[in-house]
Amino acid sequence: MDKVMEEAGNLMSPMVQESKAAYDIIRERFGEAVSEFDANPTMPFFEVIDTAKWVDIALFMRDNSRLKFNCMACLSGVDYLEEGKLGIVCNFESIGNFTHRIAVKVKCQREGGSIPSVSCVWHTANWHEREAYDMYGMVFDGHPDLRRILCPEDWTGFPLRKDYQVQETYHGIKVPY
Amino acid sequence: MQELGKAELNTTRIIRQDDNRVVIEKDLDTEYMVLSMGPQHPSTHGVLRLECITDGEVVVEAEPYLGYLHRCFEKYCEKIDYPAIVPYTDRMDYLAGINTELAYCITVEKLLDIEIPRRVEFIRVITAELNRIASHLVAIGTYGIDLGAFTPFLFCFRDREIILSLLEWVSGARMLYHYVWIGGLSYDVPADFKKRVSEFVNYFKPKVVELQKLLTENEIFVKRTKGIGIMPAEVAINYGWSGPMLRGSGVKWDLRRNDPYSIYPELEFDIPVPDGKFSDVGDSLSRHLVRALEMDESLKIIEQCLDKMPEVSGFDPRAVIPKRIRPKAGEVYGRAENPRGEVGFYIVSDGKSTKPLRCKARSSCFVNLSAMKDLSKGQLIPDLVAIIGSIDIVLGEVDR
Repeated sequence: MDKVMEEAGNLMSPMVQESKAAYDIIRERFGEAVSEFDANPTMPFFEVIDTAKWVDIALFMRDNSRLKFNCMACLSGVDYLEEGKLGIVCNFESIGNFTHRIAVKVKCQREGGSIPSVSCVWHTANWHEREAYDMYGMVFDGHPDLRRILCPEDWTGFPLRKDYQVQETYHGIKVPY
Repeated sequence: MQELGKAELNTTRIIRQDDNRVVIEKDLDTEYMVLSMGPQHPSTHGVLRLECITDGEVVVEAEPYLGYLHRCFEKYCEKIDYPAIVPYTDRMDYLAGINTELAYCITVEKLLDIEIPRRVEFIRVITAELNRIASHLVAIGTYGIDLGAFTPFLFCFRDREIILSLLEWVSGARMLYHYVWIGGLSYDVPADFKKRVSEFVNYFKPKVVELQKLLTENEIFVKRTKGIGIMPAEVAINYGWSGPMLRGSGVKWDLRRNDPYSIYPELEFDIPVPDGKFSDVGDSLSRHLVRALEMDESLKIIEQCLDKMPEVSGFDPRAVIPKRIRPKAGEVYGRAENPRGEVGFYIVSDGKSTKPLRCKARSSCFVNLSAMKDLSKGQLIPDLVAIIGSIDIVLGEVDR
């Protein structure tokens, strides 16, 4: 019963409210470069619309004294097949400073799309972006060392895309299981 | 008599000539050598390839090459149902199977509308903490044997055998359990389980003290690990380190306290963070110390759970599991504190299908290992072994 009333009243849980407060600070500074806040009860997030500003937003999130998102917990690549885009979803938290957490989405085109790299802001992003490139094929501009990490260096194709066709042979070994 | 510094070691040559004169030649030209601490190596804890560029004995750069154990976990997740993914999560970090299963199950349960029975929560925590002790025993034992201490290795494995036989009694398997299911467990614990576990706890408490005296306070061990691979706290956070690695650098961050799940809020335990008296904060000895002290805390947690666990007659741990697991549409990033750090799962569900759209496993060892290149600059090759051992990697989790 309580759950129905909560959804009807559109209340946000304390965790989501904290994320909204952090989002408001970012929105105040960057305006239309970020999308509206999505009060997803399990993972509140916003999307960066102007991807050229992604590094600036990242630096602001890490260094601003009211945000202090000093830890990137995870960066996952995602394939949005219906929209024809690839994207990344990053989860942030603030260790030792605040208890707010937030997620950020950045999207790009499937063919030849690129997203600015934030490996200069959080070192976690270095290997995570390499893995996203390896699995999805989106290029990260400004990444110091963008090459395949889990697949062999001479593998063709990007395995985690929804329309991936596995190659027939690799150095003479038959690949399809 | 002057001592040679690390930098001069490789560019100086000392010869005693025929007329007994000693000639010291300085600033000789040297060449870098590329040495592959290859995928097959007893001290790299799995199939990890470290391409070291060395100047004599000093490592200029050690770059890890991964992917030798890549099994396409994330691609499989898009083809099989949610419950069928649980055995795959076991095999990621095979030394801490229950903790990884727990991380996955609590993530999916966030998208479902079920309430887990209390007895299930207690059993989950007891088995998870037993698995944490077993995993730390392997970490400590193999770290000792990497540095040449053969006895603690067998002591650790003798005690680990008892835990493995307890877990085999409960779930049927010694290592890859498939015990924690989404919404419950696969079997209830046997009738004598509480008695046997408390016997183990009483047996193991003095063994931890013995292990500390044997290994941690050993002068050779301290000399080989103190001051090696120091990572300052802010850099560790920036690299995304978590678990014993982060606590070894002095940051008091534990997901069981800072982002609690299951019944951990009701339990009392400390979070050991070294203060620099015995070891330098952030070095390999601190990380080892955190793991050794954490075993004591896990024993405390198990004791409290055994006291508080409710007895329910005719209990069915599968009672609340839905017939078909179809989470509502949405996405969630859920995580748990594994023995090696933060293991998280990012799951996207479209609400209609029984298979996830995207299931990304954020692995603790992958993130911890990414700092290897910077940690190894300027170290000697034996120190490289000491650093890898202190990072405590399991390649199954690094490569997934």
